[in-house]
Amino acid sequence: MPIEFKLPELGENVEKGDVVRVMVKVGDVVKKDQSVLELETDKATIEVPASEGGTVSEVRVKPGDKVKVGQVVLVLSEAAADGKGKPAAAAAPTKDAPEPQAAAGPKAVPAPAPQQPAAAPAPAVAASSTSGPELRSAGRSAAVVAIASARPAPAAEPAAALVAAAPSVRRYARELGVDIGEVSGSGPGGRIGHEDVTKYVKSAMGGGGAARGGAAGVRVPPLPDFSKWGEVESRPMSNIRRVTAEHLTAAWQAPHVTQHDKADITTLEEFRHAFGKRAEAAGGKLTVTAILVKIVATAIGRYPQFASSVDMANEAIIFKKYCHIGIAVDTPNGLLVPVIRDADQKGIVDVAVELAQLSQKARDKKLTREEMSGGVFSITNLGGIGGSFFTPIINRPEVAILGVSRTVTEPVWRESSFVPRQMLPLSLSYDHRVIDGADAARFLRFVAEGLEQPLSMQL
Amino acid sequence: MSSTQVVVIGAGPGGYAAAFRAADMGLQVTLVDPQPNPGGVCTYVGCIPSKALLHVAKVISEAHHASAWGITYGEPKIDVNKLRAFKANVVQKLTGGLGQLVKHRKVAYLQGMASFVDARTIKVDLTNGGAETVTFEHAIIASGSRPAAVPGLSIDSPRVMDSTGALDLPDIPNSLLVVGGGYIGLEMGSVYAALGTKVTVVEMTAGLLPGADRDLVTVLNRRMEPLMHRIMLNTRVTGMKEVKDGVKVEFSGEGLKDADKSQTFDRVLVSVGRKPNSAVPGLDKIGVALNQRGFIQVDQTLRTAVPNLFAIGDVVGDPMLAHKASHEAGVAVEAILGKKVAFEPQAIPAVVFTDPEIAWCGLTETDAAAQGRKVEVAKFPWAALGRAVAIDRTDGLTKLVIDPETERVLGVGIAGAGAGELIAEGVLAVEMGALAADVGLTIHPHPTLSETLMEAAEVFYGHSTHVFRPKKRATS
Repeated sequence: MPIEFKLPELGENVEKGDVVRVMVKVGDVVKKDQSVLELETDKATIEVPASEGGTVSEVRVKPGDKVKVGQVVLVLSEAAADGKGKPAAAAAPTKDAPEPQAAAGPKAVPAPAPQQPAAAPAPAVAASSTSGPELRSAGRSAAVVAIASARPAPAAEPAAALVAAAPSVRRYARELGVDIGEVSGSGPGGRIGHEDVTKYVKSAMGGGGAARGGAAGVRVPPLPDFSKWGEVESRPMSNIRRVTAEHLTAAWQAPHVTQHDKADITTLEEFRHAFGKRAEAAGGKLTVTAILVKIVATAIGRYPQFASSVDMANEAIIFKKYCHIGIAVDTPNGLLVPVIRDADQKGIVDVAVELAQLSQKARDKKLTREEMSGGVFSITNLGGIGGSFFTPIINRPEVAILGVSRTVTEPVWRESSFVPRQMLPLSLSYDHRVIDGADAARFLRFVAEGLEQPLSMQL
Repeated sequence: MSSTQVVVIGAGPGGYAAAFRAADMGLQVTLVDPQPNPGGVCTYVGCIPSKALLHVAKVISEAHHASAWGITYGEPKIDVNKLRAFKANVVQKLTGGLGQLVKHRKVAYLQGMASFVDARTIKVDLTNGGAETVTFEHAIIASGSRPAAVPGLSIDSPRVMDSTGALDLPDIPNSLLVVGGGYIGLEMGSVYAALGTKVTVVEMTAGLLPGADRDLVTVLNRRMEPLMHRIMLNTRVTGMKEVKDGVKVEFSGEGLKDADKSQTFDRVLVSVGRKPNSAVPGLDKIGVALNQRGFIQVDQTLRTAVPNLFAIGDVVGDPMLAHKASHEAGVAVEAILGKKVAFEPQAIPAVVFTDPEIAWCGLTETDAAAQGRKVEVAKFPWAALGRAVAIDRTDGLTKLVIDPETERVLGVGIAGAGAGELIAEGVLAVEMGALAADVGLTIHPHPTLSETLMEAAEVFYGHSTHVFRPKKRATS
């Protein structure tokens, strides 16, 4: 049975109105009380709710029409069981249609467009819908679209189209060659200020491209005046210090976890003494670090996610099919990380020799940029200084770093008695976004066992 | 034969702004236009003279309306010659003033029509005879636009006018047909209606001012309907023929009565949009590309396919508005000076100078719906505003189109007396990335119509002082 839905009483002395918007179309399933029309009367804009549920079989009004109370505006067929009728093509917009609420209240004016598919190429829709002969009067939508289409390189336009930044700020960004769409604003509603652009440029120039992340948006409180508590001296940061600071700030954004373990290297130490001469003859030193480079290279072959990188922009994880290992080197000027290329394809003596050369270059400030880039995993060894366990910071964009502390001779329970063993503390920091805790524990155990029982790695 | 650093072709609001800016930046400039002074369509036969006439129309309408306040005037006596002279004087003052500015800035002004010889040379056929060749480093093409004709319907009759002809005010006809319910048709139709002409408007789409938000147009309709003799929507003109004492026009449209299918009018105004003047002679030979709609193609810096040639204003695309052109002028000149700039407005205001005026900027509700973008719209009806009641103009609506996530003002729409002035604040809000709270927390002078913007922002937060929203009544 078709139901004629007539315009209901709208309020005192309101007998007619202008249809502003028809919120349903033929085939839509409407529920009782769902808003179907937006009507403008002399007093207010009113959303008119359906008096019955059903499937819309006819829409008798269109925007701009004048309707009177009692006039048929819609015809509904066969009241569907509470809106669960056939899944009409327009089911989604219908569901999105707002619930009836306070009459014409500010929040009651909805933005759904049941007649308009929310398709991505919306500008095209706008253009065609306004391409009448009076295009000139068509307003900004046609205007902007036409401008965009008139320009050889329109790609940049949408991003900049509705960025919350004052014209002077947009111009400032353009002068600096910054895409304003990339800058995150610290103002209310994400508004971009002059200082946000400056901050973006600074962090982009510091390498690491940290600007996208949160750090750029976080306000760091200003430093207090230290001199009121005593004498101070301000020294300019060295280049290495500044880059280290910026790089580590960016690196710190990875969710870090550190896993600790100990490796019994008593046997390994005997091996080092037995074969140390051979490495020395070649010009290197058979250090624990050199051996660890080899073991870590093998471990990465087994657990490739430890040589990956996180590409959040593309929601991807990048796995590297090469195995360059970085070694943190302490120098009088600061921390440097030279990289040993293809560590998995080199013998321990070769690694030892290369490590000695790179370390020397680092101390002589002779490392090239090339020699410090391309690492997939880093090792930092503080054993020469002391301490047991620490939490190294991952060398971004890598996802894991192995920290090594000083070997200590400890009593280890063996069968029925304590025996003195040389134990090496190991600390593995990893990026929890790509590496799960269990895998980290396995990886570190694999490394420890590689030190204890080198043959275990061949199992 | 002369040489210059920058030549500007066309001295409308885009062209003269470009010439003056370039001169102020220390460049040597030549400005070419067929008129004796700068001004272009805007000043000679567009924005300015139409505003002079609309002002007169408004005075007539207010004088008439004054009887409701106890002040009764007699029927107006209209001296068309004097009215035309007033309008001509307005144009003369402004264009003459611009001519003075040309001299002060030492811009070389050539009255004539330009054609390109190559990408470094133009030839100007001077209005006073003869020709001059000018070599240049950069050129800015600002050749504007002209009224479009209805394809296949143009007839050569003095009774059929375009906007330029209508502004000439040849007489006050008894009846006038306005073809096209866009802003030019409605503005000129309003003028003639106020002067006493029976005006019929025919529009082929379902409503006046296609593209504008319907709630704004509704406000206009309420006043336009009694003012106009008739408004025919969804109707096309299919034929025109000059007959004795008029133009016989054939219509077709859904539900059109037979009697209405053929009507005779004293005069016809064709206002169906404008076409770009992109056919500058020689332009095609030097590699400047046009797009499918005939506009000169430019990049974000207004540079054409030929690197030392720029183009601005109506000739590069919609909206064909003077204020867009003059803004582009600044961008083009700065680009010529090697600055990193781009034409990247977030809001270009559009104003229809009818009574009431309609103005909008930024994202419209119609755009948002077409893009499937979620917005909240806060509307403030003028009936609740003190000043609107005091001037007996409660027929108004101010609305903000707001991003529900950030509460940013993305667009503003205003219908009502003086909307064209009020929209400027909306443009500033959109350009500055203002939140609705910023607009609501800014003290607006009382009692003024500008308060409607503040109140609309308060409506968004549900606490407008002058709007009380009771809970929805049970309506069914």
